[in-house]
Amino acid sequence: MNARVEYVLRFGDNALVLAQRLCAWVAHAPIMEEDVALANVSLDLFGQARLWLAYAGELEGAGRDEDALAFHRGAGEFRNVLLVERPNGDFAETTVRGYFYDLWASLALAELSRSKDERIAAIAEKARKENAYHLRRSEDWMIRLGDGTEESRSRMQRAVNDFWRYTGELFLGDEVDATMREQGVGFDPTALREPWLERVRATFAAATLDVSSDVWMQRGGKQGVHTESLGYLLAEMQVLPRTISGAAW
Amino acid sequence: MMCHGERSERSEVGNGIEAIRALLDDVRDPEIPAISITDLGIMRDVRRASDGALEIVLTPTYSGCPATKAIQEDVEGTLREHGVENARVVVQLAPAWTTEWITQRGRERLRAFGIAPPEEVARCPRCSSASTRELAHFGSTPCKALYRCNACNEPFDYFKRL
Ligand SMILES: [Zn+2]
Repeated sequence: MNARVEYVLRFGDNALVLAQRLCAWVAHAPIMEEDVALANVSLDLFGQARLWLAYAGELEGAGRDEDALAFHRGAGEFRNVLLVERPNGDFAETTVRGYFYDLWASLALAELSRSKDERIAAIAEKARKENAYHLRRSEDWMIRLGDGTEESRSRMQRAVNDFWRYTGELFLGDEVDATMREQGVGFDPTALREPWLERVRATFAAATLDVSSDVWMQRGGKQGVHTESLGYLLAEMQVLPRTISGAAW
Repeated sequence: MMCHGERSERSEVGNGIEAIRALLDDVRDPEIPAISITDLGIMRDVRRASDGALEIVLTPTYSGCPATKAIQEDVEGTLREHGVENARVVVQLAPAWTTEWITQRGRERLRAFGIAPPEEVARCPRCSSASTRELAHFGSTPCKALYRCNACNEPFDYFKRL
């Protein structure tokens, strides 16, 4: 597959899979305001996914639009990082997963907004502005729940320990990243690691949470090697268009 | 300033760019019907393309905003209704929309509708007090946050800055 198609799919799939995860919270969030917030964040991400996937489809030139890419690919064809496909768990887990992603996305989108590919730069700039609000919210919850009650702190720490192993992949580059960087289209993911860690340390200090020590970092999502849970997520997301071919609003 | 959108203008819409602009000034935001797409600053251009077609350039507010599609359809519907042919809507992402583009008239209309416009301070749209507090950053639509006025104690929507 063309490197640029592959590259754009990664950003689209990250947004799409996380959006699908978050919308499962609707009517289940602990408080009304959070129900609305999670739905809003999910909606922003669906919108971003649509912009990325529509562009990926155009670049591919095989007649697939954003819906075809979202609903008619199998798990092995998805290019999202493993972090975003992890199940929601409790509110602490959803918060920690969201914070890790939002912080990474804020750095990644800032890089992409300077891409030589004007379409990529435009989508990234749009997404970047929305992401700033997502990060503000998730960082706020990290601190409130980390530096909260004994119960909330222990749940947050458990979630951090659980998700840490999925953060390494965010900063791993491969051939696609290298090609995109050479063309001035993309960025070097390893360069985001230090600024990401620096902000995590500051947030964790305020949240009284501990950064996990060395754990084996999981990888593979960007290349299409996923955990079992993505299959279940896609089954639910894709069942309608796959059962009723050509279904439309 | 000319006041567009008068009913009398609608019957004699020509194909002039200004007439089209005036006509489309009647297209409302489906989620906040108090303001038009001109007020919101999302109609970026009305122009004649090289193939002779009329192009209406729209930019989305939030990328997941469901109103974007509805607005596009409303624009197309309004043009059709007035016999404007050979027109198309072009969605433009860059430069990204910002609340700075909401016009002065749009801000007044928001306030009159009970929504605090996107300014440095979220002033209460009822009593104008600047003493207000954020209750929830995410509100009933992607563009709004929920506030409460400390002076009159009323809750209100704030069109947040983007
Ligand atoms: Zn008031």
